[in-house]
Amino acid sequence: MFDYSPAPESKDLVKFQASYGHFIGGKFTKPANTFSTINPATEQVLAEISHGTAKDVDSAVKAARTAYEKTWSKLDGATRGKYLYRIARIIQERSRELAVAETLNNGKPIRETRDADIPLVASWFFYYAGWADKLDYAGLGSNPRAHGVVSQIVPWNFPLMMLAWKIAPALAAGNTVVLKPAETTPLTALLFAEICQQAELPDGVVNIVTGFGDTGAMMVGHPDVNKIAFTGSTDVGRKIAKQIAGTDKKATLELGGKAANIVFEDAALDQAVEGIVNGIFFNQGHVCCAGSRLLVQESVQDVVIKKLKARMENIRLGDPMDKNTDIGAINSKEQLTKIDRLVKQGVKEGGEAWAPSCVIPKNGFWYAPTIITGVSPANTVVREEIFGPVLSVMTFRTPAEAVAKANNSQYGLSAGVWSEKGSRILKMADQLNAGVVWANTFNQFDPASPFGGFKESGYGREGGRHGLLSYLKGSN
Amino acid sequence: MRLEVKKTYKLFIGGKFPRSESGRVYIVNNHKGVFLANVAKASRKDVRDSVVVARSAQSSWAGATPYNRGQILYRIAEMLEGRREQFVAEIRELTGKSEKQANQEVDSAIDSWVWHAGWTDKIDAVAGNMNPVAGPFFNISTNQPTGVVAAFAPQDTSLVGLVNTIAPAIVSGNSVIAISSETLPICAVTLAEVLETSDLPGGVVNILTGNASELGSWLASHLDVNAIDLEGTSNAAELEMLAAENLKRVIRKGSYSRNGAQGSLQHILDLMETKTVWHPKGH
Repeated sequence: MFDYSPAPESKDLVKFQASYGHFIGGKFTKPANTFSTINPATEQVLAEISHGTAKDVDSAVKAARTAYEKTWSKLDGATRGKYLYRIARIIQERSRELAVAETLNNGKPIRETRDADIPLVASWFFYYAGWADKLDYAGLGSNPRAHGVVSQIVPWNFPLMMLAWKIAPALAAGNTVVLKPAETTPLTALLFAEICQQAELPDGVVNIVTGFGDTGAMMVGHPDVNKIAFTGSTDVGRKIAKQIAGTDKKATLELGGKAANIVFEDAALDQAVEGIVNGIFFNQGHVCCAGSRLLVQESVQDVVIKKLKARMENIRLGDPMDKNTDIGAINSKEQLTKIDRLVKQGVKEGGEAWAPSCVIPKNGFWYAPTIITGVSPANTVVREEIFGPVLSVMTFRTPAEAVAKANNSQYGLSAGVWSEKGSRILKMADQLNAGVVWANTFNQFDPASPFGGFKESGYGREGGRHGLLSYLKGSN
Repeated sequence: MRLEVKKTYKLFIGGKFPRSESGRVYIVNNHKGVFLANVAKASRKDVRDSVVVARSAQSSWAGATPYNRGQILYRIAEMLEGRREQFVAEIRELTGKSEKQANQEVDSAIDSWVWHAGWTDKIDAVAGNMNPVAGPFFNISTNQPTGVVAAFAPQDTSLVGLVNTIAPAIVSGNSVIAISSETLPICAVTLAEVLETSDLPGGVVNILTGNASELGSWLASHLDVNAIDLEGTSNAAELEMLAAENLKRVIRKGSYSRNGAQGSLQHILDLMETKTVWHPKGH
């Protein structure tokens, strides 16, 4: 085994301002009520961010309403599309800077922000740009209408990618938006505000308000907002659903998950092991669709676990800015505490936790990739979303048992199936109650492909034609 | 003169016609305010029993071929047509509608079953698609029924509103617990007899008569119900809040017309889930 020399990406590719206000009506407000945003890998402060108040939210909604009434709803689709194409191009031009910014603020490896997050951000805008003048083909008949002003609240696990998933279809459909990035990862959204300026997007079409959950709740509750789009925890999704009960507001909710990743004895086992690793350790497991419940057929349990442990010994945890890093920092101390608490609970309930030997850096927040064996469907680590690099392992004997165990969850966001038998895969795909089924692959995303869950994983879809429908209504 | 034999109006749960477990009934009058019948007043226990049978019936109903579901829905239209005169008489007695108006309502109810029957094997052709992703993957989005649906029929009609509440749910493979109009429940019980003789598996449709506000809270807060249609409720905001507890799919009041001979594809899709399946292409 060779050692890897450090191969860090340059931090100088991005320059943050010392402090940021909100982006409202095409301009940045004066920073106020600030809090620090840090690099979770070093705990160093990157910038001071404004905590949005009711007044900030109100002026952002007003700016969005004005832009909707006076400008955006009057533009033809082709012109709206051209603005989105411009934005897509600028994102491509500034992609390395955005990747570095994302890694610094989020803690995820530069390899992922550079090769996955930012390319997907650009492709999302490029894809929806092309829809803007083709709304008649979306499936709602001719002349579908936008909702109006949309409040969008995104999480910290894929900060800019989640922004793109929200803003690109909303604008293509003709809505204007107020978006709030997560409190721990606001920086790329603020860089995106600059990109809107560079693209000469009309003022007020995109507004960015930073802050905490209270700011988000005000965005949901504002009477002049027509639609809510939220990605985050099921608990907050529930609160939003309650908050808008009895109103005319529509909602798209992308919430938690506890995906089963099912490995049959006839699978290509080495590929399956790569898929298991990608499924749960990608982005430190901070993925709502992570394959966090491994269901392995009993006959191949020993060999799969052996291969998985051997593979995990080769995972590199450490400096997210290093191009060789596989697992970066946990996004916040709060999240680290939660992961730690849940794994301890799993062990207390009889699970056996195993992690490879790896050096944990001194500063920052880190959690070694971990698997927990000896657990059953009733255990906490099997039921609750951990949102970290922790895999619970169970076995099954028959396909029917695999389906029963996989579907035994309050969630239904995604699932994985590994088998070389086509008919088995298709039957499993029919029976799994999950919005996305990855067969012989995992964690694939594409702007052309709808994403979203069953049951308590939320409702509505993002991506593809379906994702466009979330921002449109029929003309009658 | 021969004394008429009157019908006992009961619930429809799991393909059977039980009385309310609570033993309760309520009085239904005709349009002139004259006593017509004592109708079963469903309770919380009846709601819970209905959810259990609806859940156990759902997966095999969803697993039936679309062709088969289409034939069964068409069969419902046939059975309804055969009992047209009874429905016309009941509608007139309950609402005071003219013979022509009552016939129009029955026409719409029958034709709506036919309209829905034709959708079973076309939903995915119209509302599903291949997704041209940027990689070597086969990727397809199709639609799957949400599961168990609680649906409140409109209060102002006795037959057509109920049909246009049940059909959009079961066409795709959901099972349903339908709450009839409180004051116009007679046709609901007769419709249950039609469903019972239409090869529809027991438990796919369950019909409860009673007080919508009372039953509403039990259904909206039930964690094994996946979706709720609030059309016939009088406390919709409160129920929507209860439904949020397990993120039920909610159809708000007034979202869809329930009086026509045709429904709405969007109504059908509101009670379905998009499922996207990926598989690599390679050798």
